[in-house]
Amino acid sequence: MTPTGERRPNPVSSPRTGATPGDATSGAAVDAPWCDRCGEAAASGPHEGCAAARTLEPPRYCARCRRRMKVQVLPVGWSAVCVEHGESQG
Amino acid sequence: MPEILDQARTQVLENGVGLDQAGVLAVLNLPDEHLTAALQLAHEVRMRWCGPEVEVEGIVSLKTGGCPEDCHFCSQSGLFTSPVRSVWLDIPSLVKAAKQTAETGATEFCIVAAVRGPDARLMKQMREGVAAIRAEVDIQVAASLGMLTQEQVDELVEMGVHRYNHNLETCRSYFPNVVSTHTWEERWETLRMVRESGMEVCCGGILGLGETVEQRAEFAAQLAEVDPHEVPLNFLNPRPGTPLGDRPVIDGKDALRAIAAFRLALPRTILRYAGGREITLGDLGTRDGLLGGINAVIVGNYLTTLGRSATDDLKLLDDLKMPVKALSATL
Repeated sequence: MTPTGERRPNPVSSPRTGATPGDATSGAAVDAPWCDRCGEAAASGPHEGCAAARTLEPPRYCARCRRRMKVQVLPVGWSAVCVEHGESQG
Repeated sequence: MPEILDQARTQVLENGVGLDQAGVLAVLNLPDEHLTAALQLAHEVRMRWCGPEVEVEGIVSLKTGGCPEDCHFCSQSGLFTSPVRSVWLDIPSLVKAAKQTAETGATEFCIVAAVRGPDARLMKQMREGVAAIRAEVDIQVAASLGMLTQEQVDELVEMGVHRYNHNLETCRSYFPNVVSTHTWEERWETLRMVRESGMEVCCGGILGLGETVEQRAEFAAQLAEVDPHEVPLNFLNPRPGTPLGDRPVIDGKDALRAIAAFRLALPRTILRYAGGREITLGDLGTRDGLLGGINAVIVGNYLTTLGRSATDDLKLLDDLKMPVKALSATL
């Protein structure tokens, strides 16, 4: 599903672009075709700006299915929940 | 030495009387070669009238996103295409966040909700949350829940909320460019009720929204009129999907000039680094601000974005020989 509910096919299989070293799920590079910051296809560009921004932002989109996630930022850390792929933390 | 700094040395440093709007504007217009002198004077003012202690605070979002208001800088408005989704924090997680904040040495924990004003559900969550925190954690609880009714003000006092944050965000003349769903005067009215209740008033705003330097000076003067216990100073961190999402980040030197100017307008106020300092000032600028009038920080993360680690900030304070304000000093 897209952020607005529209279903789209996965365009490619590549690392999600915004993942940061502190992201607990950053090892999940396989089958992560979407940028977890902007929600666009990872293959659509280098997403360098997204990667830089993600050092000071939690992910907003599930890198596997592009759903917008429910994100809770805490004083220490964050959690992000995709209804399909579960919770990630950082 | 520019005339305005000579004037401020006598008026603000020696007599504790803040600069007026014209004086603030003169500081904001100082050329770069006088910025260091302005920051040095602001630091002396802070040390003279506030002391060396730094107040450390953590903040958490109790209710994120889905806000009906249209504050153009905010990723939590439900009216924009921001990717931030609505989510509520449960009480055990709230208490855990308060504990983690207290473990950093922070004395303040501010509970924030993205709302126009609290409804019955939010007030119930606050009642339960504040009671649980007060039972388990040694920390002062503050709140930021939007515009309040008198009954809600009274209820927050009864809960033990000691400080209420309600930012004016920007000056009166620029506010309609930033928010259309409520007025600056409505915010002022909540601040009036909070002050009269005995809660400490926390009121600041965001620089870099597109306001002119003159409007920045107007804002400082209007904050001085509020005479808040605390002024949180944010710098716009443009958020994707918001109307201000494409605005440039404020220039670092302009941010430092503003820190000095706001300190010279508000010599006795807690002047807190809030959101946006990481991208506006970086590590070096953060240090410069702490040596230029800032005497409080938000440690850890913000509401929807991440901040410097608390460890890094506390190490910086230690390097600067600025003690963290003890809880006993706030009671």
